[in-house]
Amino acid sequence: MLSQLSKTHARLRLLPLVAASLPLLSGCGLVVLEPAGDVAQQQGDLIVLSTMLMLLVIVPVMLLTIYFAWRYRQKNKQATYKPDWDHSTQLELVIWAAPLLIIICLGAVTWVSTHLLDPYRPLARTAPGQPVAEDVKPLEVNVVALDWKWLFIYPEQGVATVNEFAAPVDRPIRFRISASSVMNSFYIPALAGQVYAMPGMETKLHGVFNKTGEFEGFSANYSGAGFSNMRFAAKSLSAADFDQWVAKVKGGQEGTLDRMAYLKLETPSEKEPARHFASVEPNIFDAIVNMCVEPGKMCAHDMMSIDAKGGAGIAGIQNVREVTYDKLAARGTGDFARWSVRYVAALCSSPLMSTNAGPDATPVNPAPLSGAGLPRPDAAPQKTALAVPAAVTGTIS
Amino acid sequence: MASTLPTETHPILGKLSMSAFPLHEPIVVATFVAVVLGGLGVVALLTKFKLWGYLWKEWFTTVDHKRIGIMYMILGLIMFLRGFADAIMMRIQQAIAFNGSEGYLNAHHYDQIFTAHGVIMIFFVAMPFITGLMNYLVPLQIGARDVSFPFLNNFSFWMTTAGAVLVMISLFVGEFAQTGWLAYPPLSGSTYSPNVGVDYYIWALQIAGVGTTLSGINLIVTILKLRAPGMGLMKMPVFTWTSLCANVLIVASFPVLTAVLALLTLDRYVGTNFFTNDLGGSPMMYINLIWIWGHPEVYILILPLFGVFSEVASTFSGKRLFGYTSMVYATICITILSYLVWLHHFFTMGSGASVNSFFGIATMVISIPTGAKLFNWLFTMYRGRIRYELPMMWTIAFMLTFVIGGMTGVLLAVPPADFVLHNSLFLIAHFHNVIIGGVLFGLFAAINFWWPKAFGYKLDVFWGKISFWCWVVGFWMAFMPLYILGLMGVTRRMRVFDDPSLQIWFVVAGIGAAILAVGVAAMLVQFAVSIWRRKELRDETGDPWNGRTLEWATSSPPPDYNFAFTPNIRDLDAWHDMKQSGAQRHTSGFKDIHMPSNTGTGIILSGLCLVMGFALIWHIWWLAAGSFAAVIAGAIYHTFNYKRDFYISATTVTETEDARTRQLADAAGA
Repeated sequence: MLSQLSKTHARLRLLPLVAASLPLLSGCGLVVLEPAGDVAQQQGDLIVLSTMLMLLVIVPVMLLTIYFAWRYRQKNKQATYKPDWDHSTQLELVIWAAPLLIIICLGAVTWVSTHLLDPYRPLARTAPGQPVAEDVKPLEVNVVALDWKWLFIYPEQGVATVNEFAAPVDRPIRFRISASSVMNSFYIPALAGQVYAMPGMETKLHGVFNKTGEFEGFSANYSGAGFSNMRFAAKSLSAADFDQWVAKVKGGQEGTLDRMAYLKLETPSEKEPARHFASVEPNIFDAIVNMCVEPGKMCAHDMMSIDAKGGAGIAGIQNVREVTYDKLAARGTGDFARWSVRYVAALCSSPLMSTNAGPDATPVNPAPLSGAGLPRPDAAPQKTALAVPAAVTGTIS
Repeated sequence: MASTLPTETHPILGKLSMSAFPLHEPIVVATFVAVVLGGLGVVALLTKFKLWGYLWKEWFTTVDHKRIGIMYMILGLIMFLRGFADAIMMRIQQAIAFNGSEGYLNAHHYDQIFTAHGVIMIFFVAMPFITGLMNYLVPLQIGARDVSFPFLNNFSFWMTTAGAVLVMISLFVGEFAQTGWLAYPPLSGSTYSPNVGVDYYIWALQIAGVGTTLSGINLIVTILKLRAPGMGLMKMPVFTWTSLCANVLIVASFPVLTAVLALLTLDRYVGTNFFTNDLGGSPMMYINLIWIWGHPEVYILILPLFGVFSEVASTFSGKRLFGYTSMVYATICITILSYLVWLHHFFTMGSGASVNSFFGIATMVISIPTGAKLFNWLFTMYRGRIRYELPMMWTIAFMLTFVIGGMTGVLLAVPPADFVLHNSLFLIAHFHNVIIGGVLFGLFAAINFWWPKAFGYKLDVFWGKISFWCWVVGFWMAFMPLYILGLMGVTRRMRVFDDPSLQIWFVVAGIGAAILAVGVAAMLVQFAVSIWRRKELRDETGDPWNGRTLEWATSSPPPDYNFAFTPNIRDLDAWHDMKQSGAQRHTSGFKDIHMPSNTGTGIILSGLCLVMGFALIWHIWWLAAGSFAAVIAGAIYHTFNYKRDFYISATTVTETEDARTRQLADAAGA
């Protein structure tokens, strides 16, 4: 099974060519099949591989349908007619076995690829045959979906942008993703697959650009009236250009992204031009995830730790306040039920819990091509994964 | 932007005021005028020809499963025209909203349209169609006189209709939801959707859901308890089997929908925090729950049609169905597996690789029994004598279309592939490929197949073929571009576009939709022409296709009591077996037949539920309380109605059956 699979994988490199050679599909910018990043490329290849696997059974079925439909038409008196023939054990075995075999293959591919391409897993390579060196740290980017624009925070660089994202080519990027009001989905097709951006939740995504250029990113989950224009430029720059870009952002007109600036920013607006914040209040992303950017509001992690210890009891009810700052009415719809806009006041706040400490999972050596033994993403980091020589890694593509 | 509603709730009118009427939307106003004029025309005609009494006595209050089935089909057809109009509006908007153009629909209007399109097509088109089909056919196929609970059947129909009416009212009074067809919170919560749109959504689905659940229970009991003697479970026609499985799915999954919508209602009306962002709510819980209903729902829709294709393939190939047993077990496999795959609708939520893999592989496993079914139809055709009547044409078109939709479905079940295709137009193309290519093609096969049974004359072939080719060609033209757009990274529910290179594909899809519109029109013409030419198209035999199952044993249309004597079943294809063995019709010795009486309770209670739904939507509390009390009082009052049944006298049965004997003799003589 496994050797079969790896053979298929080896052949898989040719498959994009096969797909591209189809006259219908070539030349119309199929970014999903021909992206600019290694992760998206593997996902695109997987589409082609899975399609090919399934066509093994689909094509014969379609041909047989047409052939039987023609051959056994009523006018064709030459064809055998067996009105009472309704069972054949051998045929039944084939009927069930053929799809089963395909699904066994596809299931194996699914298990392996789902683990290897888990968006929460740090990248082990930036391109086929190019493992990530142990000292390379991924570029940290915090993403917040706002109504209806995207906020990008660069904690290392200490800057933030709206509706403009840039990253150096060939350097892994680690996204932490959240949202301010409703659910969106963060998607740059040229870079990697999408992950939901949800308020009060943090999701993760890893990706890397292999080509420079300007691509498009957007929300792939409907989020209200301004959804269609929730687009941003995703720039893949050379290392030098990226440094220049950061310098340019540092000279940005918007000043510091602190809590008050964020609250102003998150009020709904559409078609926002790119904006640059020269500096960022530390930990603001964690405050966003914990839904306590507003002064005096209890952070979700505090609430959870109080609840974990049995809650505040009856006293907790007294601790619910009406909002003074109304970010919701600003969504443009006016009337809403007042009681829904309450919050729990902060009692005593512990420092914001950053979930940013340390890598969130182990980069994986994809060489054995078996997802079965992979540690779970929350397992302790292991040293073994990256110590494999380059010749061994990078056989999956 | 949305119209601003008054923040104060009026003691009499609730939130209702003049601003609730979308007078600023010329499209809506024009539609309203057309609907009013059309409605007045219909009312005038009904009054002129004095048809109100007939409609009330013979149709609205009927408990006859055949008439209720037909009414479900009419409801489905009317709502289909509305849902299709929404589709055309979306196609036009997406074809022109390029290069800075905003198109002709603003966000408030467009977002309602795509929400309404999904809601209507699933809940008020596909569901009434399949429920109508099952209602009509199941009792006939199992040799029963009616369903187990005939009054409940009438009530179920009217509850579904009340839900549909509520959706239609939202077009002219207030607004519909702008959330997408599953109304994910927090967007659908009171914070982000404070107006009545989501309330219309909730109450329309809750009221219709009562009907669906009751009808599911009714049909399960009917199938399990009312089969003719000799018809063991493994001698049931495949359509009855798939109906049984679909109804088991309904009964097991619709309560989940009811519960999750009830929780959302509490969030919106009472201020609970089940699905809010703050105060411990979890929108992700809603998404899980709604898909625990939502995935079985797609199998509820497709399974009965799998049954239709089995009946059609076997009848028109003039052959027993290949692999009946494996067909039944495949259906049961699908029924069970359909509960284990819901998470594949949101791989991108970040569940982790092992969870995603499990649900991805479980999804693929469903394709094994489905594939087996396809092979079974294939080998039913093998060594047959295939007659290319319209039902068979739809079946072949289904087989060729559905495999592609199935393939793209399995593709979407591979989580890493889903990460790049999720919510894209590829997904849209996929589920239209299976729903149009599977459910709708199956319905068209069924309508062409069983129309002669229901009305006593065949459908016109010429217009049927025009409709067929328009649908097949139009479908591929409308949805192939969407597959390609999905691979180009275009996401769903977009109102305006930046990239001008996409436009050509949307234009092609728009042309496809126009061809589909011709197909719809041709189908309506087909019905009209057939009704007009019904004398020429008449079928006297009751068995125009040389059918195999029991429904073809009786006259077309069947008498009120279906079968004068309950048949004895010896074989799977019961009617085929009777014909082969030369079984003779009974022509004498008829007895009184015990039948259920018509009642107006169903329509009255549903009407009250409609009023209650409307009152709850607009926060007209006195009316909501009053109508709720009236519903309860009406239901209790109905329990004191002892005029529930009557006997069709043996004389009447004899007359009917004698007429049938003469009809058959004439048919044989001619």
